[in-house]
Amino acid sequence: MSTSTDATVLTGYTLVCRVDQIEVEGGVAALVDGVAVAIFRTHDGNVYAMSNYDPCSRASVLARGIVGTRGEIPYVASPMHKQAFDLRTGQCLDDAAVRVPTYDVRVTDGMVHVGGPRQET
Amino acid sequence: MSPRHRKTLVVAGHGMVGHRLVQAAIERGLTETHDIVVVGEESRPAYDRVALTSFFEVGADELSFLPSGEYDDPRVRLVLGTTVDGFDPETRTVLLSDGQVIAYDELVLATGAAPFVPPVPGHDLDGCFVYRTIDDLEAIRDAAATATVGAVIGGGLLGLEAANALAQLGLETHVVEMAPRLMAVQVDDAGGAMLVRHIEKLGLHVHTGARTEQVLGEERVEGLALAGEEPVPAEVVVFSAGIRPRDQLARDAGLDVAERGGVLVDERCRTSDEHVWAIGECAAPDGRMYGLVAPGYAMAEVVVDALLGGPGAFTGADMSTKLKLLGVDVASFGDAFAATDGALELVYADAVQGVYKKLVISADGRQLLGGILVGDASAYGVLRPMVASGIALPDNPEELILPVGRGGAEIGLPDEAQVCSCNDVTKAQILEAVGEGGACDSPSCVTKCTKAGSTCGSCKPVVKRVVEEFFAAQGKVVDKSLCEHFAMTRQELFDVVAVHGYTRFDDIIEAHGRGRGCDICKPTVASILASQLNGHVLEGPTRTLQDTNDAYLANIQRNGTYSVVPRIPGGEITPEKLIVIGQVAQDFGLYTKITGGQRIDLLGARMEQLPAIWRRLVDAGFESGHAYGKSLRTVKSCVGSTWCRYGVQDSVQLAIDLELRYRGLRSPHKLKGGVSGCARECAEARGKDFGVIATEKGWNLYVGGNGGATPAHARLLAGDLDTETLVRYLDRFLMYYVRTADRLQRTAPWIDSLDGGLERVREIVVDDALGLGSELEAAMARHVDGYFDEWKETLDDPDKLARFVSFVNAPDTPDPHISFRSEREQAVPEDSSGPVSLGTTIPVGAPR
Repeated sequence: MSTSTDATVLTGYTLVCRVDQIEVEGGVAALVDGVAVAIFRTHDGNVYAMSNYDPCSRASVLARGIVGTRGEIPYVASPMHKQAFDLRTGQCLDDAAVRVPTYDVRVTDGMVHVGGPRQET
Repeated sequence: MSPRHRKTLVVAGHGMVGHRLVQAAIERGLTETHDIVVVGEESRPAYDRVALTSFFEVGADELSFLPSGEYDDPRVRLVLGTTVDGFDPETRTVLLSDGQVIAYDELVLATGAAPFVPPVPGHDLDGCFVYRTIDDLEAIRDAAATATVGAVIGGGLLGLEAANALAQLGLETHVVEMAPRLMAVQVDDAGGAMLVRHIEKLGLHVHTGARTEQVLGEERVEGLALAGEEPVPAEVVVFSAGIRPRDQLARDAGLDVAERGGVLVDERCRTSDEHVWAIGECAAPDGRMYGLVAPGYAMAEVVVDALLGGPGAFTGADMSTKLKLLGVDVASFGDAFAATDGALELVYADAVQGVYKKLVISADGRQLLGGILVGDASAYGVLRPMVASGIALPDNPEELILPVGRGGAEIGLPDEAQVCSCNDVTKAQILEAVGEGGACDSPSCVTKCTKAGSTCGSCKPVVKRVVEEFFAAQGKVVDKSLCEHFAMTRQELFDVVAVHGYTRFDDIIEAHGRGRGCDICKPTVASILASQLNGHVLEGPTRTLQDTNDAYLANIQRNGTYSVVPRIPGGEITPEKLIVIGQVAQDFGLYTKITGGQRIDLLGARMEQLPAIWRRLVDAGFESGHAYGKSLRTVKSCVGSTWCRYGVQDSVQLAIDLELRYRGLRSPHKLKGGVSGCARECAEARGKDFGVIATEKGWNLYVGGNGGATPAHARLLAGDLDTETLVRYLDRFLMYYVRTADRLQRTAPWIDSLDGGLERVREIVVDDALGLGSELEAAMARHVDGYFDEWKETLDDPDKLARFVSFVNAPDTPDPHISFRSEREQAVPEDSSGPVSLGTTIPVGAPR
């Protein structure tokens, strides 16, 4: 996750929406380079992006999940069968072998920009 | 051991005790060496005679111990509808009524007892019955159908059960008892008087000290002539004047019998012939007969033990009794009549509340010897084991029977205390089941594994407390927390929200929770707020609390599309509306299927298509069917008296009225209803959370049914109701469920979870015992008044509509992941390759 408010030119990023179009503890789906990306906003004001595709149910639905916390971990629960995914890393919290790609995301002047898929660290 | 050395054990009688013997023989391995032949006289396998009165409510299947009709063990053969006509101890053979002769190595007599019918003139008239078998009850029910007044001769335990049955069948009921008080064996004069007051308050007529001189009538019963009293009218008469052991087989074979009847047996339950045993009510250990099931079970265990070479012995039994008669708790235990030398009595009586409690205490005041409880027997579970284990009384023994608010205290039980007297289970055995050696994690699991509480159920509250105390001591409190964010149950959360008047999740979690919530507590809070405030589920901040389907007012399908189900109340629909549904499906390319709830499912709508589909449906007069909500789904109906030649009431009209009344009510789980226009039950109403079945006089209301993985039949809550009363009871029932059930707990397990089960529901809904009735009705009235169509309101609100787009930056571009193929001329999702993971929990209801 990288949230910043500096107004630099964001090369390689796609402008998708105003940040207030994403409900607090809600998500939206956006089309980024032909790929469905889910973008979430948490209660503390952070914005996260990950693939909208739920690998467990094989459906493009994650943006419609409930956002909450497990301990300190912000997560989204798949609306299909409730598997939880760490918003920061895409790691499935119910199955160590499953991970969803995450995307760089920036908020500038109240606008949300999504970058390319992040490399595994 | 080779097969030819196998022995044969014949059991004469397949009642509760005979069944217990076979069960014990299988469990303890006796069938490794013995083939067992069980001969039962009734056409049904063994059933729960203790719960016989509930037959009218639950039916024969529910009472059966062997619903499949056979034992799992192939070495046990069950012969039903057949009597043992005799046996020959010389040749060791039994003769059956169908002519079979079976050679035995060991014979167990478990023939039970027969009701005693006093030889008064007229005792054999038509309309005279006894109360012992399901066949007896069926005959009584048939006779009661055309009768208005009934009488029971005998005011003992069974007589009052029979009176309860007659009252349940709608008869004006008289109880005629020769002794000066009811339940003369169990309670004293003061307790008996309290019992009479309770029973008369329920509308029954009690005649004590009344000797029946004659049963009046020519061919059919017309009444009873009583000595020194006015005659009592009656078209149905039930004799319940005690039982007599069925010991004729033993008499015919020349075995010793007791002076007062019963096959004389030693403490191993062996008769005067070494290969013949007798158990249960037909047996008389030490010359004494036992008319309760617990001693019979103990005898069955003793015989199996003896046949296995064990040392078990029957040395008398606890004759304690606790039961609920006509809604009145009665318990009697130990030396209830203070027969012990120097025994003291301690009495608490409250005529206003109808409570009478007596403790019998040893002369030195140190030990509890016995007692009687009428009107409130909640202390029985603690008191009876105190008698059995002989633990010292506290300094102020009166606290044991005083109401809790007046100093009543609870007392710890010693490990050796017997908690379940029916199945002889001690506290230590319960602790073992939940402890390291055992695997039980709940009171219901303990009941299953140890049998504690599985027979009469009176010790269930104690079992529960023992288990909870154990877990508390272990530090692993039985965790009732909703989730990691709220350390309270749904019911507690419901009350917190109501008391504080919260309207926002943020306020609730900040004041009463921790963290930011999850996919469990958020939908729960959303449902509670919806139940209390009747607001739109997509309004403002509550939107993000909604579960998958509520969030889009439609049901998500495996490929991320949705299904749309418009309401079709009662399943009744005009041709014009049917055509609209067809056209909408055609225009949007939707797959259509008829649902089990008599409506039509339109599948395959992409999320961004939903508003346009709703617009068409709403314009044609449809509204949301709430197929997506934990809320009322449908009220299914048959065509009823309007069309059906058998129908006795207009089931369609009632189903429509009920569906429109309760539509949109958010509840802990989905709710389904059904209305049948006659007893043929074509609407399958008893498979619903609430089912209504028409009678000649009105409606019968059943509650707690469901289909699914653990199907349950709804049980009768109240009968022959007029429509107004029916709706009142339903308002109360549903609102009480909404308030107190756990998350995802349907009505059947919810009812089971209440202390007292269905009876408790009846107290609250029908008797209004908690005085909640008008409050629950008012809450339902608010719901009914505040109802609106969620689809229409969404269409009228641009804020809510804004979310129904495929992509925030490309609102009209369909998600490329969604594709369809054609099957049987309709669109279906393109196969995703292979099965999908269902995750850690399957999102259906919590297991029962």
